[in-house]
Amino acid sequence: MGLLRLEFFLGVAALLFCTGLYGVLTRRNAVAVLMGVELMLNAANLNLVAFNRFVPSTTAAAGATPLAGQAFSIFVITVAVAEAAVGLAIIISLYRNFQHINVDDVNFLRW
Amino acid sequence: MTGFTVADAVALLLALVVLGTAVAVVTLRNLFHCALLLGLSFFAVAGLYLMLQAEFLAVAQVLVYVGAITLLILFAVMLTQRVAGEPVTLGNRQKLLSAMACIALFSSVLSMEMATPWRVTGALVAQAAPTGGAAPGLTWDLGTQLLTSYLIPFEVASVLLLAALVGAIVLAKEDRV
Repeated sequence: MGLLRLEFFLGVAALLFCTGLYGVLTRRNAVAVLMGVELMLNAANLNLVAFNRFVPSTTAAAGATPLAGQAFSIFVITVAVAEAAVGLAIIISLYRNFQHINVDDVNFLRW
Repeated sequence: MTGFTVADAVALLLALVVLGTAVAVVTLRNLFHCALLLGLSFFAVAGLYLMLQAEFLAVAQVLVYVGAITLLILFAVMLTQRVAGEPVTLGNRQKLLSAMACIALFSSVLSMEMATPWRVTGALVAQAAPTGGAAPGLTWDLGTQLLTSYLIPFEVASVLLLAALVGAIVLAKEDRV
């Protein structure tokens, strides 16, 4: 049995998720933080597709279908696009008001 | 390792490209380069989808992530820096702590994944065509399921996209009427 196993893809996805998390935690620039979030969403998608490939749902209980993982991935991609569009609009609005997009210095909502 | 096939080599190469570009995206100082490498990372993830029998998702990944999201991020980078390509101050003072937290999370997740006995079954098999004949493929099945089992989430997703579109326009437009 070669490399094309469930554990290989799970490991890649876990590494990708942790890399994205590191980016979210360490970056100050809001666009860079958004890039980290996109990496994490990709890792979650990879997990869904890998589970769908190697552990497909065979029972028809509770409306589960054989391609449930891929269908979920499509919805995750949809939500990621919406998040990116609104997030970048917020970033551009932020830049117009502050002339910078450092998330450390945007604290006017802090109580 | 006995049977190291061509498919294994391709999967390993794609995984290395995904992880290498991802590390570059979170560490490079030039945001423009980060955005371009992010597109490459998305592209390699699409290749991994192809190896997982998810052809439609691979194409959707290229169209949506590589085509749309990378482009949006590039626009945002160029609109929010005075000179595109100029390195900016990016990091903060919690790099060591973040790296430790990420490594701890990764090791715990990986040990959990290796310890779990997954019920791995065979490959995905496309269902036969309703009119008889050969199976049209997994994309056919996916489309059928999206418009039958997942019809309500499908419609909700379209409403969400509309709301996000309107919200993005309202947020990004100039204030002068």
